[in-house]
Amino acid sequence: MLVVMSAVAVLLALPVAALGIGARRVATVLVYGFGLAASLASLAAALGQLLSTAGTTPAITLPLGLPWIGAHMRLDALSAFFLTVVDLGGAAACLYGLGYGRHERAPRRVLPFFPLFLAGMQLVVLADDAFTFLFSWEFMSLASWALVVADHHKGDTVRAGYVYLIMASFGTAALLLAFGLLAGPEGGYGFAAIRAAAHSPAEASLVLALLLLGAGSKAGLVPLHVWLPLAHPAAPSHVSALMSGVMTKVAIYAFVRVVFDLLGQPQWWWSMAVLTLGGITAVLGVLYALMQHDLKRLLAYHTVENIGIIYIGLGLALAFRAEGLAPAAALALTAALFHVLNHMTFKSLLFFGAGAVLTATGERDMERLGGLIHRMPVTAFAFLIGCAAISALPPFNGFASEWLTFQAVLQGPKLALWGPKLLVPSVGALLALSAALAAGCFVKAFGVTFLSRPRSRPAATAGEVDRFSLAAMLLFAVLCLLAGILPGLVIDTLGPVVGGLVGQRMPVQSVEPWLTIIPIAASHSSYNGLLVFVFITWAALTAAQVIHRWASHALRRGPAWDCGYPDASPLTQYSASGFAQPIRRVFGTVVFRATEEVRMPPPGDTGPARLEVVVKDLVWAVFYAPVAKAVGILADRLNRMQYLTIRKYLSLVFLALVILLLALELWL
Amino acid sequence: MDKLVFDIAHLLAGSVLLVSFMMLYQNRLSALLNLFALHAVILAFSVAWQAHLQDAPHLYVTAMIALFFKALFIPLALHRIVVRLNIHRQIENVVGVGPTMLLGMGLAALGMLLMVRITPDSDLLGREDLGFALSTVMLGLLLMVARRNAVSQVIGFMSVENGTILAATGAKGMPMVVEISVAFSILIAFIVIGVFLFRIRERFDTVDLQALDQFRGEQG
Repeated sequence: MLVVMSAVAVLLALPVAALGIGARRVATVLVYGFGLAASLASLAAALGQLLSTAGTTPAITLPLGLPWIGAHMRLDALSAFFLTVVDLGGAAACLYGLGYGRHERAPRRVLPFFPLFLAGMQLVVLADDAFTFLFSWEFMSLASWALVVADHHKGDTVRAGYVYLIMASFGTAALLLAFGLLAGPEGGYGFAAIRAAAHSPAEASLVLALLLLGAGSKAGLVPLHVWLPLAHPAAPSHVSALMSGVMTKVAIYAFVRVVFDLLGQPQWWWSMAVLTLGGITAVLGVLYALMQHDLKRLLAYHTVENIGIIYIGLGLALAFRAEGLAPAAALALTAALFHVLNHMTFKSLLFFGAGAVLTATGERDMERLGGLIHRMPVTAFAFLIGCAAISALPPFNGFASEWLTFQAVLQGPKLALWGPKLLVPSVGALLALSAALAAGCFVKAFGVTFLSRPRSRPAATAGEVDRFSLAAMLLFAVLCLLAGILPGLVIDTLGPVVGGLVGQRMPVQSVEPWLTIIPIAASHSSYNGLLVFVFITWAALTAAQVIHRWASHALRRGPAWDCGYPDASPLTQYSASGFAQPIRRVFGTVVFRATEEVRMPPPGDTGPARLEVVVKDLVWAVFYAPVAKAVGILADRLNRMQYLTIRKYLSLVFLALVILLLALELWL
Repeated sequence: MDKLVFDIAHLLAGSVLLVSFMMLYQNRLSALLNLFALHAVILAFSVAWQAHLQDAPHLYVTAMIALFFKALFIPLALHRIVVRLNIHRQIENVVGVGPTMLLGMGLAALGMLLMVRITPDSDLLGREDLGFALSTVMLGLLLMVARRNAVSQVIGFMSVENGTILAATGAKGMPMVVEISVAFSILIAFIVIGVFLFRIRERFDTVDLQALDQFRGEQG
C-alpha cells in the first residue's frame, strides 16, 4: 500500500517538475521516465496483492479531504485487479510516450496533465469512501479533459472537449446522487458503512439506474457514448490509448464496485436492463465503427462495442446471482473481468499503432493511407496481432474471454425466471453478430491501412517509428498472445476477485493438464489455447513450406490484366467506404438513416459523377439534439433575467427564500 | 423568577419585531432613521439581557457595539447625509402600505411557525428568539424590496443585520470573533454605501434608484 501511495505521490509531483524544467526534451524524458517507474512500482505492488494468499487487505487513512471523514484507501482483490489494469496500461503509455512525446507540438499542454490523469485513475480504484471516490473521479475527468483539448487549435477538438465536459459533469452528478442515496440520511460515506447498511429495493434500483447513467456515460454505454468517439481520437495517441483502454475500465470498476460489492443481493430485473443495454451497445458500437474511415475514431467506436461485451458479461453475472446460481455467476463475472484486461491490452496496442501511423504519415484518414506494411513492418505486425485479438481470433486473448462469455450465455437455460431466460439467448445472438462484424471491421482497418498501394504521398514515404513506441506495441502484442495461450492463469488470478463478489470462484484451472481451461465440466466444454496455437503455427509453417517447396518454383512474374488502363491510380483501389457499403445498405436505412445519392452530370458536361452518402447518428438526433435545442430556447428566454433592476433582483432573492421556507414549513 | 426572565427576553425580542413593522410603515426618511435607532437600542437591550441570562460577558461587548454603532453613530451619520442631500423632508411614495403590512404579517407568522416547529429540542427561549429573529430578517428584506430610495434600502439592510445578531445571541455560545467580524463588515458596508450615495447624487441629482435604471447599458 505504501508503495502504491508513494507512486501516486510521485505522479502528483511530476507536473511541478515538468513545468519547472525549461528544456522540453528533458521534461519529456523526466515525466514519462518517472511515470514509467511509478507505474511499474505500483503494478508490482498490485500484482503482489492480487497473487498473495495471505488474505489481508492493506488500508490507509489519510488526513485529507473532508475534515471529519479523511481519505480512506483500501487495496482489496477487486481494487488490486483494476490497479493492475491501470498500471499496466499506464506503464506502456509512458514507454510509448518516451518516443511519441518527442513529436509533440506543444508538450507543455500534455506533460503536466498526463501524470495527473494516471494518478487520478489510480486513486479512483483505491478509494474506500464516497468522497474520495468522487473527488478522484472528477480529478481524473478534468485531467483527461485537459489532455483532450491539448490540440485546441482545431475546431473539432474544441467541440469534442465541450461535449466531453458536459457528459463528464452529467456522469459525476449521477454518481453523486447514487452515493448520496447509498450513504443514506446518516451520511455513512465509508464503503464499509455502505456495505453494512440495508438498502430498500426502490432505493437500490434507483442507485442502479444512476450508476448506469454515471459509470455508463464514462464507459460509453449507448446512448451515452456520444462524447467518446469525439474525445478519444482528439487526444494525443498515448492518451487515447489510456482513455480508451484504461479509463473506460475505471468506469467498469465503479459499476462493479457498487452493484456487486456495495448494493448486496440484486433484483431479478436488473440483469435484464444491463443485458439489453450491453447487447445494444455491442452491436451499435461495431456498426458505427464500420462506417468510419478515420482510424482513431474507428478504434474509439470499437471501445463502445467492447464495453457492451463487458456489460453483457456483468448482466449475465447479475442474472445468475439473483437466482443464486453462484458457479454460473462466477463464470460470467470472470469472463467480464477477463475481457476488461484483454480490451486494455489490445485497444492500447491498436491506439499505439494508430499513433505510430499518425506520426509516420500525419494522416488518420484511412482513405489516404495504404501499403504501410512495407514501410512500417514492425508496426504492421503488432497492429495485425491487435486486430486478430480484438476480432476474437484464437489463439489470442480476445477469443478466450469472448468464449468464456459465450459459455456463460449457454448457462442461460438454467435460469428459472422466463424474462432473463428468454433474453439471454437473444443477447447471445447480438454478441455473436457484433463479434462477426468486428472481425469484418478489422479486416477493413488493417487491409486499407497497411495493405494495398499507398493512396497518398505521405503514406508512400513513411518510415518506421522509434524504438520506444515499437517496444510498447510489441509488449502488448506479446501479452495478447500470452493471455490467449494461458487463460487458465488469468482465471485463477481472478479467483479471489470473483470469489469476493459473488461468493464463489471458478474451478481452479492450473490443475488441468496442458493448460486446458474447463469452465464448468469437461463434459460440457473445454478450450486449450496452447493446442490451438501449436496447431495454427504448425499448419501455417507447413503450408508455407509446401508452397515454397512446390509452388514457388513455378512462380512467374508478369503484368496483371489492367483492363486497358496501365498504371491505374491508387485511388481506384478498394476503399474503406466501399468495404463498408454492403453493411451500410443492410442496416443503413434503419440504424443510420443513411441516404445515398448518385449525381450524374448531364450529357455534354465533362464534370465527374458523384456518389454522396449521408450517415446520421440516430442517437444524437433522438436523444441529444432535442435537449440541446430546449436548452438553447430556455437560455434565450432567461436572457431577460440579465437586465433586471436591483430591486427586482432583490425581490427574486427574497421570493426564493420565502418559497424555500414555505416548502420547509409544508414538508415538515 | 424563570417566568419573569423569559417574559423580559420575550418582550425585548418582540419589540424588535414590532419596530421592524413600524419601519415598514413609516414613509418619512428622518422618522425612519429614528425608528432604526430605536430598533438598535432595543436590540442592544435584548443582547444585554441575553448576556445576563447566559452569563456570557462577551455579549455585553456585542450589546455595546449595537448601542454605539447602530443606535448612535450610523443613524447620526445617516441623518447628516440625508440633510446634506436635502431629502430629509421628503416623503417617500410607499406603494401599497396596506398590502405590504399584510405581507409582513404573513412573513412574521411564517417565520414563527417554522422556527417553533423545526426546533422542538431546543429550550423555549432560544426557539422564540430564533422565530423573532427570522421574522425580523424577513421584514428587513421586505423593506429593501418595497422601497426605492437608496437610504431606505440601507436601513433595510441594517435591520436584516440586526435580525441576524438577534438570532446569534439567542443561540448559546456564539464566538466573539464572528460577532466582531459581522460588526466590522457592516461598518465597511455603511461607509461604502455612504460614499456611493454621494456619488450617485452628484451624477444623477437623485438617490431614487429607479432613476438609475435608464442609465444601464446593453438592455436586452
